[in-house]
Amino acid sequence: MGLKMGLEEKIPSGFVLTTVEKLAGYMRKNSLWPATFGLACCAIEMMAVGSAAKYDISRFGMEVFRASPRQADLMIVAGRVSNKMAPVLRQIYDQMAAPKWVIAMGACASSGGMFNNYAIVQGVDHVVPVDIYLPGCPPRPEMLLDAILKLHSKIYDEKLGSNRAEIIREVELAAMNAKPTIEMKGLLA
Amino acid sequence: MSDQGMFGAPGTGDTSGYGGLVRTAASTGSSERPYGGYFDEVADDLERAYPLFSEAIERVVVDRGELTLHVKGEKLVEVSKVLRDSLKFEMCMGVSGVNYPADSGRELHAVYPLLSLTNNRRIRLEVSVPDSNPHIPSVVEVWAGNNWHERETFDMFGIIFDGHPGLTRILMPDDWQGHPQRKDYALGGIPVEYKGATTPPPNERRSYK
Amino acid sequence: MTTFDPYAPSRDTTEGTVYSVTGGDWDSLVQEIGSTKEERVVVNMGPQHPSTHGVLRLVLELEGETVTEARAGIGYLHTGIEKNMEYRSWTQGTTFVTRMDYLAPLFNETAYCLAVEKLLGITEDVPERASVIRVMMMELNRISSHMVALGTGALELGAISPMFFAFRERETVLDIFEMISGLRMNMAYVRPGGVQQDLPAGAIPKIRDAVKLMRKNFKDNTTLLVGNSIWMKRTQGIGYLDLAGCTTLGITGPVLRSTGLPWDLRKIQPYCGYEDYNFDVITADTCDVYGRFLIRMNELEQSLRIVEQALDKLEKLEGAPVMVADKKIAWPAQLAMGGDGLGNSLNHIREIMGTSMESLIHHFKLVTEGFHVPAGQVYVAIESPRGELGAQVVSDGGTKPYRMHFREPSFNNLQATSAMSEGGMVADIIGAVASIDPVMGGVDR
Repeated sequence: MGLKMGLEEKIPSGFVLTTVEKLAGYMRKNSLWPATFGLACCAIEMMAVGSAAKYDISRFGMEVFRASPRQADLMIVAGRVSNKMAPVLRQIYDQMAAPKWVIAMGACASSGGMFNNYAIVQGVDHVVPVDIYLPGCPPRPEMLLDAILKLHSKIYDEKLGSNRAEIIREVELAAMNAKPTIEMKGLLA
Repeated sequence: MSDQGMFGAPGTGDTSGYGGLVRTAASTGSSERPYGGYFDEVADDLERAYPLFSEAIERVVVDRGELTLHVKGEKLVEVSKVLRDSLKFEMCMGVSGVNYPADSGRELHAVYPLLSLTNNRRIRLEVSVPDSNPHIPSVVEVWAGNNWHERETFDMFGIIFDGHPGLTRILMPDDWQGHPQRKDYALGGIPVEYKGATTPPPNERRSYK
Repeated sequence: MTTFDPYAPSRDTTEGTVYSVTGGDWDSLVQEIGSTKEERVVVNMGPQHPSTHGVLRLVLELEGETVTEARAGIGYLHTGIEKNMEYRSWTQGTTFVTRMDYLAPLFNETAYCLAVEKLLGITEDVPERASVIRVMMMELNRISSHMVALGTGALELGAISPMFFAFRERETVLDIFEMISGLRMNMAYVRPGGVQQDLPAGAIPKIRDAVKLMRKNFKDNTTLLVGNSIWMKRTQGIGYLDLAGCTTLGITGPVLRSTGLPWDLRKIQPYCGYEDYNFDVITADTCDVYGRFLIRMNELEQSLRIVEQALDKLEKLEGAPVMVADKKIAWPAQLAMGGDGLGNSLNHIREIMGTSMESLIHHFKLVTEGFHVPAGQVYVAIESPRGELGAQVVSDGGTKPYRMHFREPSFNNLQATSAMSEGGMVADIIGAVASIDPVMGGVDR
């Protein structure tokens, strides 16, 4: 999720806060500007989404891939992140201004993909917090657009102020009480 | 159990599937004259241009239509200069290392494919060094394109090229320990976790060779 | 004890004080530097950069606008593919090798499969239809790779429209790939012994239409850039590297052909039946970025010629097999398009599950264990869009490669960045790197 912001945090919970949330969410999700973080094969599909007329990303206002992370809202990690590249990834993420979101595009960014070895970080969520995981090798441009739309709805539904604190509390509690994956056994787990 | 056919445990009889028994890989034979094709010409030209041929070249192997000259490490630069200038092998396609841990005393091989633009020929040079003293003279002064290739071979195998202008790691981070493509360096994968079970990484899985 | 903080404003090193700029007040930084008045600036065009063609790090020493030293740092995409392949069977190797040079996946696959076939000794037994399909797919891939090179090269130098035209053409080619192999990129289509499956019904007319469309659409880019005075000013005389430089650095491909030497492995050391096709080797004699750009544009037309000739051959070879006849090597399932997509042919399933136990065992062992390849070492080279792509494969007689090394053209070609950029201006480095057209997946493997 994004980080704490300014005045809107102080609005008391109620009708006014929900209207402000919806307005802020609507503003934030339209024309998210991605930061260029194309690494490998997924980057080419990302370029196809950006530049091929068939998968026009300009309809969402996102065709401006900002080179400077200071001006970007969204980091699409497209491609395999090697151990040498991981500190660079973290530095770029840190340089982005809040609110910021991350899409892990492709199998290699989500989980290390087919490269389960010494050189690749097994999932970019070891380095940055990820909002949407997009599987595929490489994912079709339509799949990337679908991930972006899901991110849009996620951003639209983000809560602010006291509602946000409540949501964060709930999510943490659910995570602490959740059954770890390795303990879910049986076919109906 | 015989070795015929595709299936079944190979000659070592290791049926556990974990491959703990080591197989030998390197071939040791040498080819007989005539070599066929342009290989005889190359060998003759080299002998004429480089009189110390029998001292420097350990063996000549012709296999699957390709000529491999096994060269002694100390003489590599001289032989390379002769090949480049007299025999017109202007381009070297790089260096690659191979690690044969079973071949004691010659565990690390460096392979140099060469290409002649004028004569349209390809040959290969191979140098073997032991693990205990992995030094090979650098051929960067002969073919400048080998600069990064030698750095990569050093990075991946630990072969030290004497005389290289800047032998540092190139593919791994600068402070990495170990040489990844050696056979004794684990693949480094982690087990993948599913609901209720894990899949081991490829280097720890059972396989029947 | 000195700790290294990458965000610190300044630190002392053996070279003097180093100032890192990662944000903060510019004026206070300038004041700090102001007294020493150093003219040399070391700029890091870091791995994340819109114009460096992937994760390439260029460390430049600048005096004003002139580059005095340019060093390339690579390894940010090192994936350990070569070591990973030592734990996979020979056929699975295709899926790994595809992802090295991800703009030209079919070339990687073909080089690897030709090397494996040479080790197996079945180079003559690969069916002709498989070779023709390989040639056609490779030339289509050459078109799509050159389109990306042209589009991104133009984008990096400031021309934005060619990028859109180039990616539009690329989509045409990717549609063909999807129709034939099921995937747009990284298809794992070429396997040792042949190709994965035959062309679907109605493919050839569709490809012919696509060829006609591409011929028409290439004019968009040519009219925009060729002869354009701004483009020529940006690219002529830039990135100069003559024949001596190319041979000592081991550079092949369009960069070598821009020096005037018509070195093309398809003509000089043909493979996959290339000797039967009519096409020209394009050269330029200006040794600069403009020459390489013209070479790539003209190679597109030559590739279309080869594709048309391949289609004519395929029409004659209708119904021929696409996998080697030796059942101990060929991929066992005859794939077929079913109601729910591509999968095992139902006849084959019926046979192995219903009638023959031996077929089932055979299929199972071939797929899980794979075939054995006799021990030995080969080096096979093909002409990829960037230069000579060499596969060096060592086998120890087992079902897995013992050592797989790829001699990638971009790895050698990138070493020329220093030679091409030093003495020039910063903006020209971009053009020089774009003309080399490196693909970092291939460089770092």
